[in-house]
Parts: sequence; structure tokens; C-alpha cells
Amino acid sequence: MKFGRILRETNHGLSRNLSMVVSIVLVTFVSLTFVGAAALMQMQITQMKTYWYDKAQVAVYLCNDSSSTDVCPDGSVTTAQRQAVRAKLSSDALKPYVERVYFEDQKQALQNFRTEFKGNSSLNWVSESDMADTFWVRLKDPSQSSVISETLNGQAGVDQVQDQRAYLDRIFGVLRLASYTAIGLAALMLAAAILLISTTIRQSAFARRKELGIMRLVGASNLYIEAPFVMEGVISAFIGSVLASGALAGVVQFFVQGYLSQRLQGTALITLGSTWAVFPLVIAVGVVLAALASIVAIRRYLRV
Amino acid sequence: MMISLDHVTKVYRHAEHAAVSDVSIAIDKGEFTFLVGPSGSGKSTLIRLILREERATRGRIDVLGHNLSTISSRKVPFYRRKLGVVFQDFRLLTNKSAAENIAFSLEVTGRSRGYIRQAVPDVLRLVGLDGLGDQMPNELSGGEQQRVAIARAVVTKPDLLLADEPTGNLDPDTSRGIMTLLERINAGGTTVVMATHDTDTVNRMRRRVIELERGRLVRDEDRAGYEVAR
Repeated sequence: MKFGRILRETNHGLSRNLSMVVSIVLVTFVSLTFVGAAALMQMQITQMKTYWYDKAQVAVYLCNDSSSTDVCPDGSVTTAQRQAVRAKLSSDALKPYVERVYFEDQKQALQNFRTEFKGNSSLNWVSESDMADTFWVRLKDPSQSSVISETLNGQAGVDQVQDQRAYLDRIFGVLRLASYTAIGLAALMLAAAILLISTTIRQSAFARRKELGIMRLVGASNLYIEAPFVMEGVISAFIGSVLASGALAGVVQFFVQGYLSQRLQGTALITLGSTWAVFPLVIAVGVVLAALASIVAIRRYLRV
Repeated sequence: MMISLDHVTKVYRHAEHAAVSDVSIAIDKGEFTFLVGPSGSGKSTLIRLILREERATRGRIDVLGHNLSTISSRKVPFYRRKLGVVFQDFRLLTNKSAAENIAFSLEVTGRSRGYIRQAVPDVLRLVGLDGLGDQMPNELSGGEQQRVAIARAVVTKPDLLLADEPTGNLDPDTSRGIMTLLERINAGGTTVVMATHDTDTVNRMRRRVIELERGRLVRDEDRAGYEVAR
């Protein structure tokens, strides 16, 4: 009976303030979509990191015909030079850092290149001599790539030492910046949502001030008076956050898995399975924030 | 002692003078007490203090065994359920019928539907509005509206009824009817405290009179009239 009345009051408040309720729904929808997007981006970064860092190695490219003469004055690498590089990599100085060294000659390099860029028209122009003999070095601690580059830069026959991880870090940096931007926008939108909720609640309370005054005089309990208002905020925010979850799930399913995965084959992309936790989180954030904002708003209104 | 004020002072925020200043009163169970004085003398503030709508700035107020200076705001609603209150402007909900207005105060304090169905017709009969329960407030006269308000205040069977100028908007004949009703309620054991500046009513009833002037207690006399007998 008591619960039924609270529900009735809530329903009454919701229908009376339909336009305000719609605006709360929309603002929570947009803000929580940003919150969720930031979370999804962080998850994507983590996923790509484990995938790529695992594969990332230090590439020691040896001189070939197309290397610049500044670095490779002798032209293409000679067998002796190659032996010297290999010797350095297995020397006592580097041994503690290196886990494994794998040599890829021009022929294998071309083969790998062809499988990687299958269907790409540039394949027709590429020949074996465009490829470089390469030592792929896997490090025990991937962050210590500078040891390799310091030792081998300037070594005769070495064109370039490239730490793939450092290269990836730049990509991750961009992604991280994007997700921080999303977090910043999310914070702004959440602040707007909270202010909107408290304004709506206060307006709703003002419209019912006579009823509230009588309820207080005859001794209706605080919980009983406050509950319909809090429910009003919570239900609106709940609808908004469910919409946000739906939109995010749609993005993961249709954009990431549908569109991106077609174009970025071989990249570990997030799936609904790996990100499901984001959706209840988004809903919980929406509901909890709305509840707190409503409680504070109605308490402050009633005290005055 | 039902109500006891001990050197109570109330200064509203931003106010220069105290609305109530060093007032001590004791009211017993079952008493009928008038609170008289010109506008702004502190009558309404005193009612609001007893209702615990305001807190005393200094001094101590005890009502129905609750110390109103220390009562927690969570307990205030339960304290208020033991009192009834009526105002000059009736404060009825215009979108509810007379019976619904009365039922409202029972509903929001969690009484069962069965109890409400029984209590509302009973109290309508008590206040002399038998058969008028379905009328909307704007279909009722001022006196009838005040009866609805009184019914709403007493339907919870309070120990104490506070009335702030209940006859202020009514003509003398109607006022007399309201006073008869309040006397009947008082005779049933409910303590009544009524703020008024209705001279006729006070003079006719010869009850205890507490007079305030600029927030100070200037007279506390049994079976008295509105003005001091000279």
C-alpha cells in the first residue's frame, strides 16, 4: 500500500514533467555514452597492447640497394658485415638482454610482405631487392631496446634499428589522448546531467509545494516524502543509461566488429564478449549519480 | 506537563529583534489556552516553535515528552503525528474532495485503507460535515472548509491541537460554530492552543489567556478576557 503510493506518485511526477524527464534521459544518454566510450577505448588499448607488445620486436634492418649512402656507404650489406652483426647480437655484452634472434633474408621478407598486403596493388612493384635482410631481436625486457640501438647504430652494414614498441607507443599515445578527451567530455556532460536532475527535482517539488507542506505538517516520514522525487530522477537516468549501453553495444558490434575488423584484419579488436562489463557499469554510474543528485536536491529544497 | 517553554528566545536570521523573547510557559494536559496579542507579537512564531518548524535560538521546549531542541530531524515526523494543526487559510488541497483531504493525512502517515475508510466518515460526522465528504473545497463555505481542516487535524486523534488564527477569515457567526467545535474536541481530552486576535471569542469563552507583546510574555491569566480587566 505504501509502496504502491510511492510508485503512483512517481508515475504522476514523471508524466507531469515529461519534457524535463526527456531532457534528463537525453543528457544522461549522451554523457554516459562518453563515459562508456572512454572505457571501451581504454579496453581497446589494453587489448592491442597485449597483442602487439607480444609480437613487437626490435628490427635490425641491414643495408640494401635502396639504402641511403650516408648510412650505408658500401651499398648492400656484405656477408662479412652480416656475420659481424650476428656476432655482436650474440656477444656477451648483449646476451643478457636478448631472448631470441631470428634472421629474415630478402626472399622471406618479400614473402611475408606479400601475405601481409595481399590484394594490395603496390605488390606488383615490389621486388626482392627492395626488401632488407633483417635481424628480428626479441628482448627479455622489451623496454630496454635502447641497448640494441646504441650498440648497432653506426655498425657497418646496418641501415636502421627500429624498436617496434616505441613505434606502437606513439599510436597508443594518440588513442590514449582520444580516450582522455572522451573522459573530459564525459565529466562535463555528467556535471550538466547532475545539475539538470537537481533543477528538475526542485521544480517538481515546487509544483507540489502545497502537498509537501501538508505532508510535513501531518508527519509523513522523510523517506516517504523524498522517495517519489528520487525515483523520478533515478528512473529517468536509468532509461538514459540503458540507451547509452545500447548505443555502445551497437558501436562495438556494428562499427568495431563489423566495419573496423574488415579493414584492420589481424588486429585484436574488442568484442561484446570482452567488454560486457562496461554496460552494467554505465547503468550503475547513471543510476547512482542520479540517486545522489536527487537526494541532495530534494533535501536541500525541503530544508529551506 | 504537556507543553513547557523554559526561557525561550527565537531570533530569526537577519532579524534585528527577537520574535519571541525569554518566554516561559507551562500548559497542562486537557487545557484550552488562547495565545493573544497584536500582529507581530510572536504568536505564530510560538506555534511554529511548538510544531518544530523552527528551532528556539535559546531556551528549552518540551512537548509531549520530546525535547524539541535535541530531537533528531528523522524523529520530527513521528513527533508531528501526535499533534494536529489548523491555520487561518485552511491549507486544503483544492484538487481533492473534503474526504480525500482528510484521507490524505492518514495515507501519507501509512494508515491502512480499512482504517481510513472507517475513520474519515467518523470524523466528518464529528465536525458536522456529514454527507459533504464528496464536495470539493471550492464548493464549501469558509466555515465548512475550516471544519474540513479541523477534521484533517484531529482524525489522527492527536493529544494536542494547535490552531493559528482559525477564525481569522470567518464571520462572527461562523467563528462561533468553529469555537463550539474546538470546545467539543477539547472536552474529548485534546489539549488546544489557539493563537488569535479575535477579541469577542476570547471574551466569551473565558479560558486561560497568554498575552504576548513584541515577543515578550505580558500576561498569563486563567478564565480571562482579551484585555486586562481594569
